[in-house]
Amino acid sequence: MNTLLEVSGVSVSFDGFKAINNLSIQIGEAELRAVIGPNGAGKTTFMDIVTGKTKPDEGYVIWGEKSLSLLDMNESQIAQAGIGRKFQKPTVFEKQTVRENITMALKNPRSPLDLLFNRAAPDTEDRVRAVSDDIGLTDALDQLSGALSHGQKQWLEIGMLLAQDPRLLLVDEPAAGMSATEREQTTDILVRAAKKRAVVVVEHDMEFVRRLNCKVTVLHQGSVLAEGSLDHVTKNQDVIDVYLGR
Amino acid sequence: MRSALFALILMVCGVPAVKAETLQPILQTYATEIAKPSRKTVGETIDTIAASGLPQVTAFLEQWSEKNIWQRTDGTFFVATAAGDSLSLTDMDTQIKTTAPKSDFKQLKPNGGVRRLIATALVQFQLLDPDLTRRKTAVASIARRPEAAQLIPLMASIDGEVDVVLKARKIQLANFLSARFATETQDRIAAINSLSADTSVEARAVLNQILTTTTGVAGTAPQGNIAAILDPMVAPDSSYGALVESKLAPPKQTVSDIKKVLEANIIEGRIAGFPLAQMDDPLMREAAYSALAAQDSVPTLITKELRDAALFSHVFYEIYAEPNAQITAAAEVARKSADNHVTTAQFADLTLDALSLASIFFLAAIGLAITFGVMGVINMAHGEFIMMGAYTGYVVQLFIPNYTVSIFVALPLAFAVTFLAGVVMERLVIRRLYHRPLETLLATFGVSIALQQLAKNVFGTQARPLTSPDWLAGAWIINDVIQISFIRIAIFILALLFLCLIIYILKKTRLGLEVRAVTQNPGMASSMGINPDRINMMTFGLGSGIAGIAGVAIGLYAKVTSEMGSDYIVQSFMTVVVGGVGNVWGTLAGAAMIGFGQKGIEWLNPSNTLAAQTYMILFVILFIQFRPKGIVALKGRAAGD
Amino acid sequence: MERTFIAKNPSILWFLLGLSVFTVLVTIFSEAAGSSVVSTSFLKILGKTLCLCLVAIAMDVVWGYCGILSLGHFAFFGIGGYAIGMWLMYDRTKDIVVGSLENNILPPTPDEITIAIGTQIFGVVGSSEFPLIWAFSHSLPLQLLAVVLVPGALALVFGWLAFRSRVTGVYLSILTQAMTLALSLYLFQNDTGLRGNNGLSGLQNIPGLEAVSQATLSLWFFWASAFALGAGYVFFAWMLAGKFGSVIRAIRDNETRVRFLGYHVETYKLFIFTTTAMIASIAGALYYPQAGIINPAEIAPIASIYLAVWVAIGGRGRLYGAVIGAVFVSLMSSWFTGGSAPDINLGFYLVKWTDWWLILLGLTFVGVTLFFPKGIGGLFDLISNYREKQQ
Repeated sequence: MNTLLEVSGVSVSFDGFKAINNLSIQIGEAELRAVIGPNGAGKTTFMDIVTGKTKPDEGYVIWGEKSLSLLDMNESQIAQAGIGRKFQKPTVFEKQTVRENITMALKNPRSPLDLLFNRAAPDTEDRVRAVSDDIGLTDALDQLSGALSHGQKQWLEIGMLLAQDPRLLLVDEPAAGMSATEREQTTDILVRAAKKRAVVVVEHDMEFVRRLNCKVTVLHQGSVLAEGSLDHVTKNQDVIDVYLGR
Repeated sequence: MRSALFALILMVCGVPAVKAETLQPILQTYATEIAKPSRKTVGETIDTIAASGLPQVTAFLEQWSEKNIWQRTDGTFFVATAAGDSLSLTDMDTQIKTTAPKSDFKQLKPNGGVRRLIATALVQFQLLDPDLTRRKTAVASIARRPEAAQLIPLMASIDGEVDVVLKARKIQLANFLSARFATETQDRIAAINSLSADTSVEARAVLNQILTTTTGVAGTAPQGNIAAILDPMVAPDSSYGALVESKLAPPKQTVSDIKKVLEANIIEGRIAGFPLAQMDDPLMREAAYSALAAQDSVPTLITKELRDAALFSHVFYEIYAEPNAQITAAAEVARKSADNHVTTAQFADLTLDALSLASIFFLAAIGLAITFGVMGVINMAHGEFIMMGAYTGYVVQLFIPNYTVSIFVALPLAFAVTFLAGVVMERLVIRRLYHRPLETLLATFGVSIALQQLAKNVFGTQARPLTSPDWLAGAWIINDVIQISFIRIAIFILALLFLCLIIYILKKTRLGLEVRAVTQNPGMASSMGINPDRINMMTFGLGSGIAGIAGVAIGLYAKVTSEMGSDYIVQSFMTVVVGGVGNVWGTLAGAAMIGFGQKGIEWLNPSNTLAAQTYMILFVILFIQFRPKGIVALKGRAAGD
Repeated sequence: MERTFIAKNPSILWFLLGLSVFTVLVTIFSEAAGSSVVSTSFLKILGKTLCLCLVAIAMDVVWGYCGILSLGHFAFFGIGGYAIGMWLMYDRTKDIVVGSLENNILPPTPDEITIAIGTQIFGVVGSSEFPLIWAFSHSLPLQLLAVVLVPGALALVFGWLAFRSRVTGVYLSILTQAMTLALSLYLFQNDTGLRGNNGLSGLQNIPGLEAVSQATLSLWFFWASAFALGAGYVFFAWMLAGKFGSVIRAIRDNETRVRFLGYHVETYKLFIFTTTAMIASIAGALYYPQAGIINPAEIAPIASIYLAVWVAIGGRGRLYGAVIGAVFVSLMSSWFTGGSAPDINLGFYLVKWTDWWLILLGLTFVGVTLFFPKGIGGLFDLISNYREKQQ
């Protein structure tokens, strides 16, 4: 399996607190990966580093077959290179319609002049529909996204990520606050998405992770505690200690 | 310096003491000279009279100088004052008072030149007078008008001087005098050298007087103490002007001279053959003028070449009034060194100025910084709270005429008034706009417009005085260069007090603990039972209250107007932005940076505070590039990005 | 196929229709057309108001749509006024000077003309020399270019510095205010070459058009202002329709999220900041010839804040809201401060509106921010909601 993202030896601290400590993770192409860990394990910070929001104190982050260093790029460049991110809190643009939200995310040239002068790409509508079908929001395309339910907003956000057509999708707690049926649908969307691209899911909920049925990385105090199938890591004594609060 | 002085003192100690009991016989010896003194010869007479060493001499010389000496027809001199037709006389030696008809007497009226000589002679007596005030007057009169003749009596009076301050002053003055007038070159040089560390205006004036130069121009450099040979090409036109003034060259025609000549020589629409229409070209004008000159009707045109040739064939020089080159050289060195000392002192003075400006900014901004830090709210009406504090001070002074009492009443009252205003504003406006910082900014701006206009309606548009008590008037003068007004020192102390107070409140009190908790993590704080509404209200009140205090402080040295708030608000914002949000030390650093920066720029570009402010703002904008979160920045998640 | 932006945004047509009808009506009733209903001075007020509407729209785009509360757009407006004012003043002074020099016996040299113009213009600040910034003042096309390029360049440099270092929110507002203050302090100085606090004056006289009466000139400027407003409105509406507008509004609501979508937020902000600055400057260039005078006080930070007040009262995030706000507040303001408003006698106190108008405005503004964040424009939402319910 080709390595798509390689994080190695990364550390970062805030005011003396080491949020990430010598963290190394490799993500392969078209891989579904779950990252779990207790609060403060550094899951969100890990995503911040990959997406360029936080600059690490040391270590390096290498991307793709050209081995680009993500540390030299800003957020939008990283996003354009093919890394999409879904935040913990659903952040869709509530004052705009679902269609506008998805259109904005579609993989297209992103400079102001492109947007102003190449307005009517003929396949836009089809691509928007393809995404909305995928996330089950076709009927709601002309609704303001603020009017959607919490679960629908989560899906819309995942849909926007899919529209970006990234090679790596970072998803932060997608199932938080969802009903049981919504969770199931979310799992389906993610599993489907992972067929064509790498997906990294950060999640608390073990049931949800079990349903994803993928390799699991356990983070603790900013570094990798264990890695492997869910059954494998849950048998690991360290992991049990951490989760039982020793 | 000491040895030079000592030598001089020894030199003048040999004044002979002639014994005699009464003054009148001595006066009679020189009666003619006294009655009709001439400026050229009277000096000797005065010296002889003075040399008698009689105590009456001072009185006589003074009265003579003030035209109060009358001579009886028999030649006897009296001190007298006229009253109608009679005179009340005082005998010079016995002090017996009599009256006599005026007609028997003749008043002595020495002319100005003579009176000056008398005064100079008097100085030696006045300098030794038992009355301290008279001695001081004498010293002051020497300082006002230093003359060569005063040097010796001044030196002589130093040893006997009992008043320490006056003695020091006498020594200093003697030094100034010997720098200019001592007879021996090495004495003068020693005295001049001693001035090289003196930053006082007087000392520098002495050096400048020694180094007085006059500029001149001549065919060849003259003999004498030449200060410099000047390059005429630095300002060729004015150099040529000097030539013309010294009658060494004919005047150069100006553009308007040429124009006048041309206008006066129009013949049938032509000037020396040139058509009038061509005269819009300056070259053609010169050509026409030259043509006229060729006809000998006007002086030759002084072209640039002619001017330069004239300049090159002359020497432009600067010559010292002082003929001794050794002395001028020493004085140049001393002046340079004194200038360096002055620069250092100016720098110290500037630092003090900057410090006081920084404390004003700190006082004005700290309230803003607290509210911004704790609540993330920019209060555009902060400047109006400053104004409110100042007007509170003004109103208090209307009721309490004693300025000292009124200031001490005004400070807490201003705090109370603005604290209340802040709390009311927080409850009515800011609380409703929580988490919408831009809206808060605008709403508080609305309050600011209303308050400013309200103040205008109540107090009128003209500036109101806030008078400081007498003990705050005046300035602390360290030397002629470094001085700082007491008000500014008071403001500095006030700022220091508030710095301590705020740090105490934040670090040592329950309120401070809660405030810090809310600043760092409002969610967590409220889940721990801290009521953020109460904290916000208290913080806002505190911030506004400090603005009120700042208002009184600012009002004391600036005028109180309804617009005074807006003068400080942008600077306060800058202070907060540069310092970093939510940190007292940050505000302090910001205030220091803005204060020192502004004064520094003012120093580079003096007499232009507007430009200083402009460049300071540009600097702040650039500074934000490098430290977007200010000098003291919070890091990590608490920074809230 | 996407619908055209006008079909998506019917308010454009209504706006253009209203503007045209208004322009025609004013023209018919103007002094130039022989009527006396609209006096020339009132016509000038109307023309100026249209320019204020244009700058308000620019403000609305940068603040209401993009979320940048710029307290500097009135400074750009002022720069436009100065840029055109320099040409107006130079050229007119030149005409006068050349005219007066014609009586001389000798024809004047170019130097004499320049010095005479310089003395005329800079005599008030004790100088007769032309500062470097006046280098292009002899040329109308170059000064017109300056109207667009100078504020454009200033906005570009300032915006680049500010956005690059991720200065946002209140910080950015304060920084723009600082920029405005720096500019006005700069202009207040006598030695910076723009006549210090005297400013530029006599701008109502257009060189070469001395024969045209002020009544006609004012009408022409009114037309130009109306056209500029219409064009500006359509331009911004076109710009904000579609995906570009989506991104701009998305930046306002959640800048970070837009960044993770792969858009270079700074470029967009810079684009909006600069474009609106240039439009603001054009509005200023049309405004000040009608006002006749410009001085640094016009550029003071307070003016930019008032601009924000108009937009807030009119209703942010909709172009017509900005127009309503500018018209409403500026006309109210001249009504109240002009002494036309009747004073209210409370028996114990006489409320003079010239004194109390600002207090009313300030408090209204607080009220609008607190209770009607959508401003007057929000009323249209109420009406359209009501209609939908009726249907």
